[in-house]
Amino acid sequence: MSRQANRGTESKKMSSELFTLTYGALVTQLCKDYENDEDVNKQLDKILFSNFLPRGYNIGVRLIEDFLARSNVGRCHDFRETADVIAKVAFKMYLGITPSITNWSPAGDEFSLILENNPLVDFVELPDNHSSLIYSNLLCGVLRGALEMVQMAVEAKFVQDTLKGDGVTEIRMRFIRRIEDNLPAGEE
Amino acid sequence: MAIFSVYVVNKAGGLIYQLDSYAPRAEAEKTFSYPLDLLLKLHDERVLVAFGQRDGIRVGHAVLAINGVDVNGKYMADGKEVLEYLGNPANYPVSIRFGRPRLTSNEKLMLASMFHSLFAIGSQLSPEQGSSGIEMLETDTFKLHCFQTLTGIKFVVLADPRQAGIDSLLRKIYEIYSDFALKNPFYSLEMPIRCELFDQNLKLALEVAEKAGTFGPGS
Repeated sequence: MSRQANRGTESKKMSSELFTLTYGALVTQLCKDYENDEDVNKQLDKILFSNFLPRGYNIGVRLIEDFLARSNVGRCHDFRETADVIAKVAFKMYLGITPSITNWSPAGDEFSLILENNPLVDFVELPDNHSSLIYSNLLCGVLRGALEMVQMAVEAKFVQDTLKGDGVTEIRMRFIRRIEDNLPAGEE
Repeated sequence: MAIFSVYVVNKAGGLIYQLDSYAPRAEAEKTFSYPLDLLLKLHDERVLVAFGQRDGIRVGHAVLAINGVDVNGKYMADGKEVLEYLGNPANYPVSIRFGRPRLTSNEKLMLASMFHSLFAIGSQLSPEQGSSGIEMLETDTFKLHCFQTLTGIKFVVLADPRQAGIDSLLRKIYEIYSDFALKNPFYSLEMPIRCELFDQNLKLALEVAEKAGTFGPGS
């Protein structure tokens, strides 16, 4: 246990800047990849937007196992529990921050994660030609992929972004349905 | 070797990883002269001893090698049939090695899917809602421990009945899987695991588990 905790804080101290740099490199590369296509001028940011989702999704489906292996949380039986675990355990473990949970919809199937500071954008400013780029959209893909592996279909999107001048970063999560096919035995 | 094997089964019931780590089973090699005093029979593509148990050669043992050359099921390395060869007095004296037949990889695949189905049946039979499925299967020679993750992957360990600490070993294997298999970008989910690092670290973990008997907080 102590070895795991050491490993967690040490690697965070060493690699948070490396991580921010890596993420930035990923974004600029995608920008370059699509820059030469005249036809998709206005669509540029949308394509980038939609391209992050699959990449984030792939990270999410693998990250969930790492998260479950290290955190020992049990299955969540309602969306509120899920929200708590995401904010208090998962975000803390991987990004070192604890977002707050607000704005529950009356039906209890939507909520917002408010991130005071987003480690992904520590040193970033959005230039004017990418003003509609949703920089941290990878996070939404990760959340979606990870929850799909534990049989929950959700939608995650950014509603506020500090890079665009808002005060905080806000991710809106919506529960779509429970995925009933391919349930592990005993979960019905 | 108190831990005999590790199996990893994916969501669909397919075997994606298998490791056997027991010491070579009891094998007996003897030189025979014509006529053979053991009764051999052909069963399931193998030549088994049907009767005539003696000297460490037991009923059910298979012919593993003739004159030092491994046999391939019921055929010898050069394509001749084993029974035919042994029926010919000109080939004697001959040295035959007997031992418990090893499982082929096809058989292991079948066993893994069967276990996956039994696991599902096990949790449905439960009188209580939300049962976990088979966690342990006990026999007089081994114990089978199974751990199913929330995402449907099963880790199965066969070990000596007296071996302790298998629960923490299963969690440790889960961590090793999430590290060396999942973080390898060339590994696709649900496919057979062919990652060197996963192998190495798994073997290390098995050694530690056997020596320590358990994974304490210091590991």
